[in-house]
Parts: sequence; structure tokens; C-alpha cells
Amino acid sequence: MKRRTLLATTAAAATLPAAAFAQAKTKIVWWHAMGGALGEEVNRIAKEFNASQAEVEVDAVFKGTYPETLTGAIAAWRAGQAPHIVQMFEVGTGSMLAAGPAVKQVWQLSQETGIEFDPKAYLGGVRGYYSLPDGRLASLPFNSSTSVMWYNKDAFEKAGLDPEKPPATWNDVIAACRALKAKAATPVPMGSAWPIWIQFEQFAAMHDLVFATKANGFEGLDTELKVNAPAFVKQMQRLLDMSKEGLFKYAGRDNAADAIFPSGEAAIGFNSSAARAAVARDAKFRWGEALLPIDPEVNAKPLNSIIGGASLWTMTAPNRTPAEYKACAQFLKFIGRADNDAVWHQHTGYVPVTLAGYELSKKQGYYEKTPGADLPIMQLTRGEVTANSRGFRLGRMAELRNIFSEELEKALQGQQGAQASLDAVVTRGNRVLREFEKATKG
Amino acid sequence: MERRTIFGGWALPAAFVLPQLLLTIFFFIWPAGQAIYGSLTRQDAFGLKTQFIGLENFEDLLTDPLYVESMGRTVAFCVAVTLISMGVALLLAVFADREIKGRGIYRTLLIWPYAVAPAVAAILWILLLHPQIGMISHGLKALGIAWDYKINGTQAMIVVVLASAWKQVSYNFIFFLAGLQSIPRSVIEAARMDGARGWRRFRTILFPLLAPTTFFLLVVNLVYSAFDTFGTIQAMTQGGPGKSTETLVVKVYRDGVVNLDLGGSSAQSVVLMLGIVMLTVMQFRFLGKRDKT
Repeated sequence: MKRRTLLATTAAAATLPAAAFAQAKTKIVWWHAMGGALGEEVNRIAKEFNASQAEVEVDAVFKGTYPETLTGAIAAWRAGQAPHIVQMFEVGTGSMLAAGPAVKQVWQLSQETGIEFDPKAYLGGVRGYYSLPDGRLASLPFNSSTSVMWYNKDAFEKAGLDPEKPPATWNDVIAACRALKAKAATPVPMGSAWPIWIQFEQFAAMHDLVFATKANGFEGLDTELKVNAPAFVKQMQRLLDMSKEGLFKYAGRDNAADAIFPSGEAAIGFNSSAARAAVARDAKFRWGEALLPIDPEVNAKPLNSIIGGASLWTMTAPNRTPAEYKACAQFLKFIGRADNDAVWHQHTGYVPVTLAGYELSKKQGYYEKTPGADLPIMQLTRGEVTANSRGFRLGRMAELRNIFSEELEKALQGQQGAQASLDAVVTRGNRVLREFEKATKG
Repeated sequence: MERRTIFGGWALPAAFVLPQLLLTIFFFIWPAGQAIYGSLTRQDAFGLKTQFIGLENFEDLLTDPLYVESMGRTVAFCVAVTLISMGVALLLAVFADREIKGRGIYRTLLIWPYAVAPAVAAILWILLLHPQIGMISHGLKALGIAWDYKINGTQAMIVVVLASAWKQVSYNFIFFLAGLQSIPRSVIEAARMDGARGWRRFRTILFPLLAPTTFFLLVVNLVYSAFDTFGTIQAMTQGGPGKSTETLVVKVYRDGVVNLDLGGSSAQSVVLMLGIVMLTVMQFRFLGKRDKT
């Protein structure tokens, strides 16, 4: 208690001289997790917003990786120092939705400030992820991507493959990898960033498989993992076999394998569609972007893939004024504008989140100029969305992914088989889900 | 004869003690109290709902086979780091204690790594051992060893043990060297007169006389390898692949900071705290006794 008053006094003392100034401009802080080229884009947005009007000034602060930003935001809120707006990755959505008074969801913000946000302005797959079951927007969609397969056209040619015809099924992928290996076109045939997101979560959505019950957690906290079903075992066995045969190289969790494709080490690289900027900048070869491969034996009619990326949440703090919330709403409104959305999309490789932003990009002829850039959008909008392809809303999802990675790594070392690994993921994962359920229901 | 300053009243002595007391309260007692309280609760990440659940967190911990595994792994890791860092340091100290040219330079160079921050040390080792770009790994591959510590748990363990031990060698070296220098020359001279040389002299004279230093370092190294190696491990392997380098401190961080299971993580901290208390008691007991004799 003492510490809190102490902090509060210091904070008050610090803001005192600024108070006079603040009457002129409302200052809001935006925490984000975009480093490098993407970070510059974020700064550009903040700068343009600040230049566009005179009342509000946004200060964009880079807070490290997505998980670090999540942890930082929580710690800051507990200390009464939360940022006004925080960029939160989709994995943290479940935690933020359970955060109650710590956040002001978009619909609340809209009610309080009178600034309107139309959920229908957003692409269906994107909107579903960030809204409540009744359709009200919880957080503002910002950077959404999906995963795609990047491939090295030069290497394909060298291995006697058609560079204009990327493999469409997993059997094609294996055949291509064998050819690439035989000709030693690249040091390794295939690598994958985000192994769990791409090879299992996307795989489940596209093949309409139950990853977790209760519509992957959308319909209740009492959801249970089902990833030890035969189709998942088959997918994991495939990766294990490919690794053994020297066709697939595991290069670490999350984005650890980002460089494996652009550096030319692997001829086929799975990654987020937002890797486009990095691939375009770093690849010293001709490259192509392709749909994720499917397994027709599991499901011949693939559905939509799901999104990754992040959305923007408004956070609360003691002593935060209505003027500050209004400033947040104004800024979010600015981000959702079609022209800003289109620029962000074209600069980064994230998909446009608004329909208007997509239309504008079409009208500007962006997709004729950069063929393949609309491929992620096509993949995201393929088929009818089912309970299995809507996305994921599992609590402590970052931890679930870590568990999945650990068991996959054990299997890759030959310590256990595919079935045993996935059984372990289910047992350990369900324990985490039950803990989250208990802690949230309280 | 004892020299003592007698203060009149209590205000002045209290003022002398106060800064240290405040530091202890703010940086030790208060957080430790928070950890103990936290370990008895279940909280959501934002601290909105806190339930008092008694010892449930501890029950969960001790029945969790992964936690027990992590304990075993930590013990193996600590023993390996301690043996390697103390062994190498002792060897170097014995050599640097001889009458050789430029021994001042050797000594200074050997003390250097102590000033390197754990994360920086980890980066240096990553650059040497990285499966794709590491110099040493190129050499190992040329020898036909499939070197990739990112998917080989045993190799990952070797890597973190080496990096952690390397950092501690300097510290041990300083103490061993000081210990060796404080051994009276006359004892060594006498041993030499009696014909004891080389290994025998080390085993029967130097090593026994170094025992207090060795014991002190043993405790310090165990504590170091159990608690201060977090930075190194986190930077190199994050506890992976699988869980093969996840020691107890790494697990505390993983469960508390990444997974936001604050109750469970606090319970782990409390277990670690008990461990450190035990080590400290042991040190005071044994060293205390020695000093009296």
C-alpha cells in the first residue's frame, strides 16, 4: 500500500508541470511490438496522426516482442501505469477478454465517447477474432496476417521443378523436397517459422479439424484440446519423417526460423504473409508466394486459413480522464480509415483489415503491380467459416504453444513418437486450460 | 583485548543501521513476503480475482512429474557447472601461482571474464556454437559430429554448462589464488625439503590447506549455478529444446512472467528460497565451526 501511494505521489508530481501544457494537447501512449521495418511504419502512422489534428499527440513506444508487451502491459496495469493503447497479439486475446476493468473494449469506448466504430467495416475473418459472440467489437483490428508458403524459384529450376507451379498438396511438397535434396539446390529443402501456428493450428482450420472443443474456446472456458486425433498424428508423423529424411529442418520456436528462407538456406519456407517485406528486401533470388499445402486425404475441400498478428486494446488506469479516452477513440478511428489501412497493407504485407482498405488497394492497382499480394486474402476468405476455422480463443495460449513446441522438439530428437507427443500435449494443455478456467471464473 | 565503541543512546546506532535495514526490507523481506502470500493464492494475470487456496499450489508442484524432473536436471546442472568451474580454476590458480614470467598478465586476463554480463557471455558462446554460423560448430561438423544444440537436448545441456562454468572460473580463480598465496611458504619449503613434489605436494599439503576456500567456493558456486545462470540459459536456449535445459529458475520465469501463472510461480520461488536458506545455514555451520578452532 505504502509503495503505491509513494508511486502515485511521484507520478502526480511528475505530471504537475505537464498539466498546464496538457490542456492544449492530450497526450496518449501507444505500446507496440513492431521492431525493424515494421516499427518505422508504426512511427510513421503516429507521426501522420499527430500532424493531422491539433488536439491529440500519440507517443508510440516499442516494448519488445509480443509476449514481452503482454507481460509489460499487465505489470503496468497492476501498478496503475497502463499505456492508453497496447498492441496485443492474437494469442493474448483470450487473456485480454478476461481482463474486465483493465480494458475498455471498443464498443464501450464508442458508447462513452460517441465516436462510432462499425464492426461491419472489417473483413469477416478478422472481425470474428476480435469481437464478442454478439458481434460487438472488443479490440480494434490492426495488423492481421495469415501464413503462406514462400518458395525459391531459382532453386526449383535447379532441381528440375516448374518454378511457376508451387506444390499444392503435402505429397507434392515431399516430392519437391526430395528433388531439391537430390540436386542439393539449397542446403536444406524446407523450413518453417511459427511451427505450431502454421503446421498445426492453420492445418486444423483449413482441414476443418477440431483443435479444441467448444469451437476452439469461442463458446466456453471449459474447452478441451483434441489434437491427438489421427489427422494431427499424421501431420506430425509427416514432419518427423521429413526431418529424419533430411527434407525438413526445424530451426526453433516462434519466429526463430524467420531467416531460413530469405537467406537462401531453405528452398521452401513457411512463414507469415507479413514476411513479404523482409523477403523482398533480403532474398537474393527469384521467389514466389503460394497457398499453404493441403492433405486431400484428410479433407479435399480446404477452408479458410486463420489470422495471426495483433489488435489494439484500450487500457484503463486510475485518474485517466474522459478526454484521454476520447483521444484514444480518435486515434483508433484514424487507424481504421481506408486510406491508412491500404497504405499499411501495401507497405508491410499484412492483409487489409477493412473491406474499404481492400477495395482501395484494388482500385489503386496494387495487386496487378505486385502479383501474389492478394493471395493471403484469398486464402483467408476461402470456403464457409466453420466452428473449427473461426480461430482460437484459448486461455494462456502462449503457454499452450510452448508445450506443443516442447513435445514436438522431444519427438524430433527421437525421444517419443507422434502419438505419444500429441497425447502429452493434450494432457498437459488441458491442465493449463483448467487452471485458466478456475482462475478466471474465480 | 576487544576494541569497542560505546554509543550513548540509541538514535545514532539506529541511524547507522537504518539504510541497510531499509534496503533489506524493501528488496528482500517485502518481495519475499509477497512471494509467500502469492504462493498460497490463485490469481488471474491482472490480479482481478485472487482466491486463497492454501497449499494447493505446492501440492500441484510436487505431484507434477515435470517439476520433479526439473529438480533432477537442476542438480545435475549445478554439479556439472561447479565441478568444471572449480576444477579449471584450481588448475589455473596452481599454475599462475608459480614463479613464471608475466604472471601478472595471466592473472589479469584470467579475471576478465568475470566482468562480462551473463547475457553477453551467452551471445559470445552462441556465436561460437551456433549450428549454422558458429566457428566451433563448423569444426565439429568437419569431424563428422551432427552438431545442432537447437534440437539436441544433450548438446544443449553441454552448451549451457560450458557457458555458465566459463563465467565462474574467474571468480573461483581469484579465491584459489588468494588461498594459495596465503599458505605459508615455510610449509611448502619444508615439504620440498622432505622430498614431496608435484602432485604429491599438491595432494597432501596444498589441497588440504585450501579446504576452507574450497568449501566456501563450493557453496557459492552451487548458489551461482542454481540462481545466477538464468541470464545465460535464457539467452542461449530458453530452456529448450523440449525441456532439456529448463532448470528451476528458468521454470519460475517461464511460469510466472511468460505464462502468468503467478500462484504456481510464487510457490516455486518459495521452494527455491528454502533451498537457499538450507545452503546458507550449511555454510554458516561448517565455516563457523572452522573459524572457531
